[in-house]
Amino acid sequence: MSEDNSNALKIVVLVKHVPDVQFDRHIDAQTLRIERGESTLSELDEYAIEAALAIIEAHGGAAAGHEVIAATMGGSNASGAVKKALQMGATSGVHLNDEALAGSDVLATSKALAALIEKIGDVDLVVTGMSSTDAETSVVPAQLAERLGWAQLTQASSVEFDQATNTLVISRDSATQRLRLSASLPAVLSVTDQANEPRYPNFKGIMAAKKKSTTELSVADLALDAAAVGPEGSRSTVVQAEAHPAREAGTVITDSGEAGIALVDFLAAQKLI
Amino acid sequence: MTTALVFLTETAENLGKAQRELLSLGARFEQTLVAVPGDASESLRAELGRYGVATVYTAAVDPEIFAQPLVELLDAAIAAGQPELVLTGNDPLSREAAARVAVRREAGIVTDATDVSADLLISKDELAGSYGAQVKVASQPALVALKPNSVDDAPAEAASTPEVVSLPLAEVDAPQVRVLGAEPKPVSTRPALNEARVVVAGGRGVNGDFSPVEDLADALGAAVGASRAATDAGWISHDAQVGQTGVTVSPQLYISAGISGAIQQKAGMQTSKVIVAVNKDADAPVFEIADLGIVGDLAKVLPQAAEEIRRRQA
Ligand SMILES: Cc1cc2nc3c(=O)[nH]c(=O)nc-3n(C[C@H](O)[C@H](O)[C@H](O)COP(=O)(O)OP(=O)(O)OC[C@H]3O[C@@H](n4cnc5c(N)ncnc54)[C@H](O)[C@@H]3O)c2cc1C
Repeated sequence: MSEDNSNALKIVVLVKHVPDVQFDRHIDAQTLRIERGESTLSELDEYAIEAALAIIEAHGGAAAGHEVIAATMGGSNASGAVKKALQMGATSGVHLNDEALAGSDVLATSKALAALIEKIGDVDLVVTGMSSTDAETSVVPAQLAERLGWAQLTQASSVEFDQATNTLVISRDSATQRLRLSASLPAVLSVTDQANEPRYPNFKGIMAAKKKSTTELSVADLALDAAAVGPEGSRSTVVQAEAHPAREAGTVITDSGEAGIALVDFLAAQKLI
Repeated sequence: MTTALVFLTETAENLGKAQRELLSLGARFEQTLVAVPGDASESLRAELGRYGVATVYTAAVDPEIFAQPLVELLDAAIAAGQPELVLTGNDPLSREAAARVAVRREAGIVTDATDVSADLLISKDELAGSYGAQVKVASQPALVALKPNSVDDAPAEAASTPEVVSLPLAEVDAPQVRVLGAEPKPVSTRPALNEARVVVAGGRGVNGDFSPVEDLADALGAAVGASRAATDAGWISHDAQVGQTGVTVSPQLYISAGISGAIQQKAGMQTSKVIVAVNKDADAPVFEIADLGIVGDLAKVLPQAAEEIRRRQA
């Protein structure tokens, strides 16, 4: 292609392969790690992929030289998350696949991901979901911004990008106010499920994904010491985990005109009123 | 001796319930410190004194710069007070500021915590509250974000007169994220959703009319919640959404009305002490987790319950 690529955007979307929330999820009693059978792309990452695709499509898309790279870290089956992102329209994939990463806490995870982004190189924007649906800490994007020294635009419920000024403007809600925040790239952006409506991979996307490349990398490729990640590179360790007793269905009554009174009787018996 | 530093990202006229819980947990340790932006008014100092706070670290923060000044404040307070434990709220901004400080200090951070023992073993919820875990942190400090409704509000036995130390923060000369605008949200007279003792929530089944839900909530002094179907429909503000991508609640009582009980809804409310569900479909999944299930029309059951509560209270 003959396009001038100096203005081309290089966006990395971080995607995670997580246990499907529609199934019972468990923590292994021996390893104290989340069991990863029945896994899928974290549904909150679909909003991140959509946000990244929308930004490049508004500026000429892949044809204009813009890239959306779907990147993940995790064991071999984590490539499933990248595959789905490629089907949605990401242009290529990167999979940081290394046994040494297992058991990484937030600190070690953000360290590995920051090194991965530096390895990819020349990245303008990192996009993530608002939280993973398994660990649910939602703080990896903030740690990445700190590590990379980039702007932190997190928990965005709307996103606007102006390429002429290289500026992102987002809305962010707190309990007491709605903020409008602005920053120049490079930045770390996380988006909520209010930000957009993720597309479904269509037949064309699924076929096209088969021709897209995914690069596999190991921790050694990132110039990271194996001791910097995994349990050794972590500062927090789960020492015990136990399932809360499952909630059981209690009494079920059918309203025949007096159920509102029965509700109040129940609250009184439970000393809730 | 263990020192706990409680980090408050903002203060209104009075301390909020979640903030009082943080201070109550902090007061269990030998020494409690506080870091807060602004200049610690006399009434705030008096309130902090009730929790035995020894020192309040303050610093002026520029409201036009997002997050960064709070990170600097927390980092400087840690440097000054050398705490073993840092306690923050579980809201996104508090967690994120703590997480950035964790990077600077190679420290462990634990979110969704429900308790911290005297020897700094941290209890937390995992997998949307379906598991409870114990976590050890091998760094000083350990940074812990505490879920609201986890700890009883218990002021210290002996009140204190906190010393105020104003920290000189380096000016942020290249602000990365600017605040272009801050639109305050309408202030509700109802309790805050994440802290409320009682929550009444409505879903698609309210069919556009939240008044039965709001009326029962007011009879109970409760907060109003909603499913995503109801907030997406625009019947109520997104701030009322309970669930995986909304607010996580853990009240004494959660009354669910016209909500089917999808997994993402359950993720935000299944640690409630008592759950009551009103749904006209006897097969709705919400009944699997309800202590009391009522198969019926919410438009009839809720007003009748509200009226009965008011009658008994009269
Ligand atoms: C990424 C993602 C994140 C999500 N996050 C959340 C979240 O945070 N919170 C959340 O709630 N959802 C969330 N959802 C949506 C969730 O999957 C469900 O779609 C949603 O919870 C359904 O809302 P509902 O129960 O109100 O609606 P429905 O599932 O349509 O249920 C309506 C219920 O009302 C009952 N009903 C109807 N009329 C009456 C009546 N007159 N009286 C009594 N009962 C009546 C019906 O029997 C039915 O059970 C998320 C989904 C995704 C994909």
